Formats: sequence, C-alpha cells, structure tokens
Amino acid sequence: MTSNSLVYLIALPLFGSAVLLLAGRRSDRWGHLLATALSAGSFGIGLMQFSQMLSRSNEQRAVSQKLFSWISVGSFEVDAGLMLDQLSICFVLLITGVGTLIHIYSIAYMSHDHDRRRFFAFLNFFIAAMLLLVLGDSYLNLYVGWEGVGLASYLLIGFWNQKPTYATAAKKAFIANRVGDMGLSLAIMIAFATLGTVSFAGVKEHASQASTGALTAIGIMLLVAATGKSAQFPLQSWLGDAMAGPTPVSALIHAATMVTAGVYLITRSNFIFDAAPTAQLCVAIIGAITLLFGAVIGMAKDDIKKALAASTMSQIGYMVLGAGLGPAGYAFAIMHLLTHGFFKAGMFLGAGSVMHGMDDEVNMRRYGGLSKFMPITFATFGLGYLAIIGVPPFAGFYSKDKIIEVAFNAGGIKGITLGVAALLGAAITAFYMTRVVILTFAGSKRWDDKAHPHESPFLMWGPMALLALGSVTSGFLFTHGDALRNWLAPVVEQIPAHEGELLSPMIVSILALVLVVLGVSLAVIKYFLNEVPETVPENVTIFTKLARRDLLQDAFNEAAFMRPGQSLTRALVKTDVAVIDGAVRGIARLASGSGKALRTTQTGFVRSYAMWILLGAIALIAAIWMVTL
Amino acid sequence: MNAANYLYVSALLFTIGAIGVVVRRNAIVVFMCVELMLNAANLAFVTFARINGNLEGQVVAFFTMVVAACEVVVGLAIIVTIYRSRRSASVDDASLLKR
Amino acid sequence: MNWLTTLMALPLVGALVISVLPKSNALAAKRAAFATTLIVAGATITMAVQFQRDNVEIQFVESRSWIPSFGIKYALGIDGIALVLILLSVLLAPIVVLAGWNESSGGRWSAKTFYILLLVLETMIVGVFSATDVFLFYVFFEAMLVPVYFLIGGFGTGERSAAAVKFLLYSLFGGLLMLASIIALYVLSGEQIGHTFDLAALSHLTMDSTTENFLFLGFFIAFAIKAPLWPLHTWLPDAAASATPGTSVLLLGVLDKVGTFGMIRYCMTLFPHATKTFTPMIIVLALISIIYGAFLAIGQKDLKRLIAFTSISHFGFITLGIFSMTSQGQSGATLYMFNHGFSTAALFLIGGWMMSRRGSSKIADFGGLQRVTPVMAWTFFIAGMSSLALPGLSSFVSEFLVLVGTYTRYPVAAVIGTFGIVLAALYILIPVQRALHGPVTPGNEGLSDLNMRERIAIAPVLAIIIALGFYPSPLLNVINPAAAHTIAQSGFTDPVSQIDAKAGK
Repeated sequence: MTSNSLVYLIALPLFGSAVLLLAGRRSDRWGHLLATALSAGSFGIGLMQFSQMLSRSNEQRAVSQKLFSWISVGSFEVDAGLMLDQLSICFVLLITGVGTLIHIYSIAYMSHDHDRRRFFAFLNFFIAAMLLLVLGDSYLNLYVGWEGVGLASYLLIGFWNQKPTYATAAKKAFIANRVGDMGLSLAIMIAFATLGTVSFAGVKEHASQASTGALTAIGIMLLVAATGKSAQFPLQSWLGDAMAGPTPVSALIHAATMVTAGVYLITRSNFIFDAAPTAQLCVAIIGAITLLFGAVIGMAKDDIKKALAASTMSQIGYMVLGAGLGPAGYAFAIMHLLTHGFFKAGMFLGAGSVMHGMDDEVNMRRYGGLSKFMPITFATFGLGYLAIIGVPPFAGFYSKDKIIEVAFNAGGIKGITLGVAALLGAAITAFYMTRVVILTFAGSKRWDDKAHPHESPFLMWGPMALLALGSVTSGFLFTHGDALRNWLAPVVEQIPAHEGELLSPMIVSILALVLVVLGVSLAVIKYFLNEVPETVPENVTIFTKLARRDLLQDAFNEAAFMRPGQSLTRALVKTDVAVIDGAVRGIARLASGSGKALRTTQTGFVRSYAMWILLGAIALIAAIWMVTL
Repeated sequence: MNAANYLYVSALLFTIGAIGVVVRRNAIVVFMCVELMLNAANLAFVTFARINGNLEGQVVAFFTMVVAACEVVVGLAIIVTIYRSRRSASVDDASLLKR
Repeated sequence: MNWLTTLMALPLVGALVISVLPKSNALAAKRAAFATTLIVAGATITMAVQFQRDNVEIQFVESRSWIPSFGIKYALGIDGIALVLILLSVLLAPIVVLAGWNESSGGRWSAKTFYILLLVLETMIVGVFSATDVFLFYVFFEAMLVPVYFLIGGFGTGERSAAAVKFLLYSLFGGLLMLASIIALYVLSGEQIGHTFDLAALSHLTMDSTTENFLFLGFFIAFAIKAPLWPLHTWLPDAAASATPGTSVLLLGVLDKVGTFGMIRYCMTLFPHATKTFTPMIIVLALISIIYGAFLAIGQKDLKRLIAFTSISHFGFITLGIFSMTSQGQSGATLYMFNHGFSTAALFLIGGWMMSRRGSSKIADFGGLQRVTPVMAWTFFIAGMSSLALPGLSSFVSEFLVLVGTYTRYPVAAVIGTFGIVLAALYILIPVQRALHGPVTPGNEGLSDLNMRERIAIAPVLAIIIALGFYPSPLLNVINPAAAHTIAQSGFTDPVSQIDAKAGK
C-alpha cells in the first residue's frame, strides 16, 4: 500500500529546524513554540497512521511512499522511499511522543539559556533525522538518518561547546559513531555486491539465495554499526562523556531514541541474522558483555547523569541480547526498548529536574534527602526506578524478565551463560539504581546552604508524570494477550515460544526477583543505613577503582588508538617534509649544485675561454680523424 | 716546389697564433695572434687553390681579408675603449664576463 | 552556433575590456570581471540545457584545420563528463571573483592584471576540457600554467615565488613526459592511419604492449602530478598555502580536475590494455593517497595546508573510482570531481575570510569563533561536513558510489578506502573544535561576521552542496551515459552480483 503523508512526518520537524536556523535571532521569541508544535504535529500524523494501521488486517498494515529516484547508476538504484510497518510505527510513536514531551520540558529547562532557539532547532533536526532512520525503505536511506542523528547528537552534546571538555566529548561521540558508520557502509557495499540491491524488501527477498559467508559478513558489519550508535562494547566509551549535553538531550537522544537505533537496525535486518547464526551469536555475546559492563560502571559513578548513562548502556545491552536471540527475542527486545524509552527518559528528566533545583550540581554525594523538597520529581523518578529494576507490575518487569527467560531457553551452554549474565545484570541494576535513588532522595542533606532545592515548574513535571505513567502501564499493555508480539509478527516472523524450555517463566521471575531484592538490600545497607561520605572514599577495592575509571575503556582507546595514531601522524608529517618533499628538493639541489660546480669553469678570462675553444677544436678534429681512419 | 711545404708553414703560423692567444695577456698581442691565425688560414686556402687548380680558395682568402679588416676595426675600437676606461690593455683585467 | 568557441572567447573579450580600463580604477576591473564570469556561466547553462544527455557521442563538435602540415586541428567537443567539469569551472568563477573581492589588492601588480589573468585562465580551462585534438589539449594543458604561475607568484602570500616555481616545474616536468608520448602517438599514427592528432582516430591505433605501457606512463605521470597523486603531491600544499583563497579554489577545485579528467579521457581511451596492466598499481597509489592525505591533514597546524591535504585524500577517492572500472565508480568519480570543487571552494573561501580577518592561517590562533562570528562558523562547519561526506550532502553520494563501485571489483581496496571516512571525521572535527569551539581566544573578540557580499557569494555554494545531496539525478543523468561509454570503450563490464550470477543473468 502507498501513503502520501509519510513524508510529512519528517518534513514538519525538518522545516522547523530550517526555519529556526535560518531566521536566527529573529525567531528567538517564538522559535521554541514552533518547534514544539511541529514535533507534536508529527506525533499527530503518527497517531493517525497508527489508527489507520489498526483498521487493517495484520498483513496489510505496512505502507510505503516513493518520493523520487535518489541515486541510479548502472545496476545500483536507490529510491528516496519511505516505509512504515509495524516495527517502524513503534519507533515513530516513541520518537515523536517522547520527543514532544521533551520539547515541552525543554521550554522550561532551557528558558534561561540565550541560545534556546538553537537548541530547539537541533532537537527538531534530530526528530527529523531519527524519523528518516526508522522510515527509510533501504539501508542507504537508513544511513542518511543514521548519520543525521549522529550529527544532531554531536551538535547537542557540544551545545555548550565553549567549554573545551564538552567540545571534546562531542567530537569523541562523532568519531566513535563514525567507526560504527564504517561498518554500516561496508555492510551496504557487501549487500550490493552479493545481492544486487540495498532495499530492505530486496535484501529480504534475496537473502535466502546468498551464501552464509556473505550474510555473516553483512551481519557482523551491521553489528559494528550497532555497537557504534548504541554504545555497545567495544565502541561504548562515548556515551558517558555525551552527558555533557543538556539533560533533555540525554533523555531523548542518549536514552530513549538514538542509542536504540542499533537495536532497530538488528531487528530490521532479522532476515540476515536469522540466516547467519555466527553473526547472531556475536550480537548476543556483545549484548551480554555490554549489559554487565554498563552495570559495573553504573555501580561506581557519583555523577547522576553518568550513572544513568551507564545504566542506559547496560539496558541497551539487554535489548541487543534479546535481538541476538533470534526470532524468539526480537519482540522482547523491542518491548524493552519501548518500556526503557519511557522509564529512562523519565528518570533523565527527573535528574534534570534535580539539577535544575540544585544549581546544576550533578554529584550525588552532594545531594541527599531531596524527596521532601521535590515530591513530584521523587514520585516520577521512583516509578521509573521500580520499572527499571523489574518490580512487578511495572514495565521493566515484563520486558526484562522475558529477555532473561528467552536467554535461558536459547539452549545449551550458550543459553545458560547468557541467561546467567542477564540475571546477574538484573541484580547489579537493582543495586546501582537503588544507590542512585538513596543518594539523591533519601538520607540526610549533604548540600551546602547556598543551594535552594525546589520543585520544578509544571512544564517540566508534566512530561515527567506522563512518562512515569508510561513506565507503570506500558509493560502490561504490551504483554496483555501478547499484543506486541502479534503486532510485530509479520516483520520478524517468530517461531512459537515455550518449546523445550529450560526454565519456566515463573522460575525466571522468582529468580530475578530474589536477585533484585538482594541487590536492593545491599544498596540499602551500604548507603541508607550507613553514612555516605561527601568526598569520594579512596580506600576502596581495585574493582571499584576500575569501575570509576569506566573499566579503563578510555585508557585502552588512548593507548591502542589515539597515541599510536598521533605518533603515526607526527611521523608522517615529518616524513612528508623530509623524505618525499626532500627528494624533490634534493633533485632541485642537484640541478643547482651541478650548475654551481660547472660555473667555476667560467673564470671570466678571455684567454681561458680561448683555450677551451682551442681544445674543443682539437678534440673535434681528433674525433673526426679517428672516425674517418 | 712542393705545395705541402706551404701547408706546413700555415700550420706552424696557426699554432704560433693559437699559443699566443692563450698565453699572452696584452690585448694587442692577443689581437695580433688572432690575425696571425687568420693569415695562416688564408695561406692554407691559397695553397689548396693552387693544388686543386681552381680559384675558389683565393676567393675565400679575399673574403677572409675583408672580414679580418672589419674585425680589426671593431676589435681595435674595443681595445682602445677598454684601455681608456681601465688604463690597462691586459685581457685578464677585463674579466667582466664572470659577473 | 559554435558554443564552445564562444565560451572560450567571452572571457578573452572580458580580459580585453579590462586591459583598456585605467589602472587606478580597480573597482571597474572587478565589476567587469564579475560581469564577464556571470555571462560565461549563463552562456554555459544555456548550452548545457541543449545537451542531449542520452547521446554518448561527443557533442557541440567544432573542427577546423589549424596547422595542416602536421595534421593539427582546432577540434572541440564535449561529452557528459566534460560538460560537468566545464559547468563546475564556470560556476565557480563568478563565486571566486565575488568572494575574493579584495584579493587582488596587495599583489605585485595591479588589480587589473589579476582579473585579466583570471579570465585568461577561464578560457584555458574551457579549452582543456573541450579539446578533442590531442595537440590542442596539450597546448591548453601547458598554457594554463602561465596565468596560474603569475596568480600565485604575483598575488599570493608568504613564500609565493618559491611555491609558484615549484608548481611550474612540477607541471612542466609532467607536461614534458606527456609531450613525448604525444609525439610518439603522432609517429605511430603516421605509420598506420596517416598523421593525425585526432583523439577518436588515435584511440584505434594498434601498438605492442611495451610501447603502450610507456606511452601510458607518459600521460599518466603528467595527470598524476596534476591530480595530485601520492607521491607526486608535494607541490600542492605549498601552492595552496601561498596562493590567495580564490586562486586556491581554482587550483584545487578546477585545475587539478584536469588530471583526473585526463585519466578518464586520455589514459583509458587511448591505452585500454596498459590501463588494465597498471590498474592494480594505481589503485594502491590511490589508497595511499586517501590514507596518507588524511593523516597529513590531521597533522597540519596551518588551515590552508590542512585543506590542501584533505584534497589529496579526496583525489585518492576520485582516482580509486576511475580505476575501479565500474559504472558506479566512474560516475561516482566524475560526480566527486564536481562536488569536491564546491566543498573545497566553500572551505577555502570561508577559511580565507577567517584568515584575512584574523591575519593568520594558524589554526591555533583561532578559537571560539562560533560565539563571535556565528554565520562564518556555521558556514565553515557545513563546508566541513561536506568534506567529510556527511549523508545528505553532495559529497556523500559521490564518495559512496566510488566505494560501492570499487567494492564490486576490488573488495579489499574498498575496505581500506572506507577507513578514510573515519579519518575524514578526524581531520574536519579537530580544526572545527580548535577554531570554532572552546572559549574565545584573545585577539578574536572583535572579528566581524560575514558581510552581505560574502553571504551572497557563499550561499549558492552551500545551496548546491545540499541540493545535490538530496537530488543528484540532474548531474548523474548527464554523467552516466558518458561514464558507461568510457568503461565499455576500455573493454570492461560491471561485475554482476552473486545472486544475479547464480540466476544466470
């Protein structure tokens, strides 16, 4: 089916950002309102499309729109085309819905920043790029949105780039993402070389005919792309620094939407991964590693945003793990993605609200006892907290437990290893999230009297409340009658679950709950019953020290890539001047040097010239004589 | 008389002239030596004309004399001018070509 | 109507008009030059509209006998590739004049001379792209050097004379090798088809492989110097660092394209077998250029030299595309030439404004410009994004086509080339961070933002960069038939995909 309104989903926010950027200061007064309205408009169109989809049968729901022929050279033909199916509508609603809420939140949050208009222009640009990412009907269209959101992320992380560290953080994010993008472009090249097409439909149709080797290569390259964008191991290091951006950005881009694009990519390419088991296994392993990696880092962070960022990394690890478990896991990966979109965005906005009330202080050791001063923030944050640690019946319980269950049931050693990792992650999550909540909202006050904590205005807590509502109800809604699984069925083609399972859902839930209670209790003992020092304690185990240093991710990157790269650059610069240009200058010197040497024969004395002439003449005669003889 | 003898004289004169050009410093003497070489060549031309029994060599000899006369005019003029400006007729003093 | 001759005559007429203007009136010379370049651009667009894009034959053909005793003809004609490059040149010319309104002052000679040289150069450029007689091509190829030599040596900055001489000697060296090959071709043609310099006729010569290889190298080295390909690149950073920004735009944006254009038009069509022989070697050189240029760009402290080295990396991509011998690579390379012209123009012009305001080309002297001069900073940023081939901007389409085309035939080369896109992010973002971000460094507080003239000059460049990113078809439709024709002429066909191969298509 075709639909002519898909393009407006993207066009509205794109138009908004163009107007705000081109109009400049003239639009300072109404720019944020326009941006919010356009984002809401996009959400409206999304809802309209959704209701239309609901009215059709499940196989007829996907719609597409071809705009024009974008690139066409020989057999390489790519249309600028959009496609909205059951998978992308989930994202469209998440992006525009949460996006609009965050627009509203930012009106108040950024009200004192004199560059607020620019901020909204970037937000709108991000919405447009992200929509293009999920709506593109080919890998190349997706790529445009993929780098577009990377650019938006770069601009927003570096929004306050007058601070050199913030500018560096932005650059780091862009470059880590570029490494991932390299994977995506290689995946597209391999796909074209083997399948002769780069559209989703075409690749899906031909995937079964291609060799497993080629599909594995495509799959691994797509995984590289996903690790870059979704901050998965080993390209995860940029996410923590990305918290340099304004908090609404962290909520929207670095928690709810952009960083989950990798999960989208893997789920979208299910036809490749299902035919390439090795690549699929890699996906699951990367997910498992990252979920533990992020969780461990999260335990040691004192900066509230960085703790939440580590948590995001870990939660996306769950999603990637889910997506790596194949047909049984895709739906749950997407479900966790959506519920995570609600509760993590809500918590980030809560963190922003706390910072708003605490003069932009981010160190949790300087918080404490804030629940009295910010009851609404505490309530919404608390609901998000209950959702993320997986307390029934909050959203995270449904989505996370399902992933753990599917992991256990993946079969063999693989299943047990992944399942244990996921369970362990759940326990650690409970620990560090409890730590965040206690350090921030409970206990005694540790801030100095200069700070005047206060509740945020309605424009800020309104969106937080709505997101909290989502974190409470969404899990139940998605699982009720397997709603989301059935919805996504035409896209990801599931196999029936509950087949030779290792652990029943009940046992998994109980196991997970026990571990969660364990994690929570540990945190309560450590941070609630004991005094929290205001300064960072130094007499800690080596593990804590490593976790504080992000498990040496930056140290490794610097030692393995940055410094050798810098030395190589310096060496090459020297080589270019000394050797290559040196050779050229050497030839020039040879010419001028030999000229100088020959010049000494030019004495200026007429007599010596005469002698040379004479000798020359004699030599000539001699030569002629010799020849004629 | 054997015509070859004239050629020997010519070669001798030419050699004397050439050596003079190379070793002497006085511009006038160098100039004279150049004249000597020209005349040696003339002698050879005339001798060859005699040997071959035609007049072409003699024509060239006259031609050379005319050229030599012109050369004397220009050459002496240069020498005199150099002498005027430098107070010396030594060719080594006039090493202007080097700079 | 003799379109091509007209296009070449118009700038000369403009130059004549300027030459009779009084020396003191620089403004009149500027206006006359601007008007002339605009007229030429208009005329070219009118011509381009009449171009039959599905016709692979050479179009707008003109042919007159020039030196009949040697069979030399004044023969012109263009195909899609040449048309795109001529369009690039004539569109950039008015922008360069307008953007560098004050560049002509402070030179060794008057502003009048500057614009006369510029217009003469424009004539030569149109000539070099449209010549279909090899000797005529050679004449333009060498004559082009003269105005550029004086533009660098007379109006540049720093060690301008040394840079100009280096440029001239490098180019002359290459030109000499090419001349030797051309003469050899002439001799061969005399033995086989009667003395001629006609390109189409020469492409049917038969020669043994040793001869062909040597003649190929004669042409190729000349073009590799012009393009410039590693390791023949060292003249470029010096020339670009010494020339005025406008001259640099013409030098890197247009003149260097003669090298890559020559590879397509002369190396490939005249010597198809030698092309096949040398392709692996050239691909290696192209890859080295990509990576090496990028690393060198990262290591530069001077903004002009940095841009010059990014161009070396980009020329590596163009060469890679050309010698991938696939229609995607070939079309992508030609499109790349066009796009690179505009993105480099934007970088050099905006960089030039930054440098003339600050009075320094050292990156370290800038900082925090985004707060002081937002418009200048943003335009520079967009230009930088175009240089690193951000999807949605024009260079992405061409770079991706080059890579995808290369992958279908030489997967390893494409993988190595892909590393270039990560390095590109580094060499753009590092100067962006140092010059535009961070706190405002002392000495930059009072810089003025772009004025109206500068905004008008840069707006069309950025508009083209963005528009072609989303809708490259107008150019691709012109390029595709010519590119496919060139590939077919050299005896190559596109590799088929695994699936199609299985299906037996």
